[in-house]
Amino acid sequence: MTRASSTVTMGSSAWIVTSIVGVFLTVLLGLPLIAIFMEAFSEGWGAFFAAFADDHTIAAMKLTIEVVLWTLPIVTIFGLAAAWLLSQFRFPGRALIVALIDLPLTVSTVVYGLMLVLLFGRNGTLSGVVAFFGFEVMYATPAIVLATVFVTLPIVAREMMPTMQERGSSEELAAMTLGASPVRTLVFVTLPALKRALTTATLLALCRAVGEYGAVSVVSGKVRGRTNTASLQVDALYNDYDLQAAFALSALLVCVALIPLVFKVVQAGRRRAQGRLAPLSQGESQ
Amino acid sequence: MSSVLRMTRVGVERLRVLPGFFGSLGVVLLLLAVIVVAPIVLTTRIALAGSLTALVQELNDERLLHALLVSFRSAAFGALLGTSFALPTAWVLARYQFPGKDILSALVDIPLALPTAVSGITLAYLYSPSGAIGRSLESWGIQVAYQPAGIVLALVFVTFPLAVRVIEPVIAQLEEAPREAAATLGASDIRTFLEVTFPELRRSIVVGYALAFARGVGEYGSVIFIAGNMPMQTEIAPLLIVTRLEQFDYGGALAIAMIMLIFSVCVLFGLSMFEQRASRGGA
Repeated sequence: MTRASSTVTMGSSAWIVTSIVGVFLTVLLGLPLIAIFMEAFSEGWGAFFAAFADDHTIAAMKLTIEVVLWTLPIVTIFGLAAAWLLSQFRFPGRALIVALIDLPLTVSTVVYGLMLVLLFGRNGTLSGVVAFFGFEVMYATPAIVLATVFVTLPIVAREMMPTMQERGSSEELAAMTLGASPVRTLVFVTLPALKRALTTATLLALCRAVGEYGAVSVVSGKVRGRTNTASLQVDALYNDYDLQAAFALSALLVCVALIPLVFKVVQAGRRRAQGRLAPLSQGESQ
Repeated sequence: MSSVLRMTRVGVERLRVLPGFFGSLGVVLLLLAVIVVAPIVLTTRIALAGSLTALVQELNDERLLHALLVSFRSAAFGALLGTSFALPTAWVLARYQFPGKDILSALVDIPLALPTAVSGITLAYLYSPSGAIGRSLESWGIQVAYQPAGIVLALVFVTFPLAVRVIEPVIAQLEEAPREAAATLGASDIRTFLEVTFPELRRSIVVGYALAFARGVGEYGSVIFIAGNMPMQTEIAPLLIVTRLEQFDYGGALAIAMIMLIFSVCVLFGLSMFEQRASRGGA
């Protein structure tokens, strides 16, 4: 394997560039993070926890959990299927599928929200069909889930594809040769090998699902205590000038958002530790 | 699936041996059809069902044109700033080892991970005239929040990581030899960067910029809190969609949405073709 020069000994100019980047990232990205927690705790621990005793906030958090529980299985199954399909097979129309999977990354979430309103809202194209089956979509949980699935759809697929590509399919082929069924191969060979990558991908999808605002704000109707998700509740509290409560809820959402990042940092540290050991074990085997 | 049957011999061979082609294709096509394709096709049909002139007439509206202009201009400028910052950041992350690097790398991902509404209220809180950063900028006579500059700031915040994550792997793959050769031939660091390294990175910079630009045009949650939202000045297109919807002006909302949708699809297929041509050209 040709090793690209990832570890260059750092000269003085390298340290200058690194310091500038470090300061820039800290000011642009680090300060907001600190500000959220400072404002959340500005009136002490008591006020921080009191923010979560609010009925509307509790309802919003429950709704967000419900939406996430619907969304994650759908986008994880989709992501696994898409990553397997695109990493192992070349077929006509592949580029079109890749483009369609990426579409939610470039389409404005508000535009997607509008589409759902036009389809499922009053006099919408599909509202008759939905009414026939007797359930509400618009301004209710199904529309929120649909919007969240749309914005989260590319994440697992994009995260898993490079890993699957790198891994190849020899282990699956071996399992098949030994007579395992496709399902058995998936459960006992593919999934265990992808455990870490799949965990990271699912956590990232969780993050995105919890944080979705634009599409959900259009389709949910923003009824406090009923169709407000946690993200929308942050907006509602902020508009009430209840800054401390808005930032307390934000702090909780930030903690959720940081889970995959912390997981990644830990994984990177562990990989480096293994990397240091690897040459030694190779030396032993020779 | 007649197109599938026209696969190359190697492909067909692979298909017979490796499981999961039709299963995964089915899952992917079903979900894409229901969640992505059907809403877009049906909405486009609604847009075309009314007379086309009515749709064009909706576009002939001062406020709407300004909102689109604000969105596209801020996104172009925000993506430019974001990509310029992304280049040195990606360079540092891909090539140097230093203490705290993992933390720095995690910081880059924060805007992608944060709920956009949280980013929005936090930026507004920090950069408003009474906020921690806004106050000191004020004493320099610079106003950011509730100004066009506020929109650009929010877009730099949100789109900067996209560009970093596109450029970083390309830098990590760079071979050292061309740079060593240039140095041996007596080129300065800056000349080496401009004439050797930059051409190698140009493609990824274009892709990073395009992604940042496309995302910036449609960005909503992180922008509206800091934008000020004055019609004709700091009102972005997605916000005008929401406003029109709240007034039950579906035609007006749809006209803006169609423009933005066509733009997203163009960017996506443009990028797809750009990358295909690039990979066919070999590099």
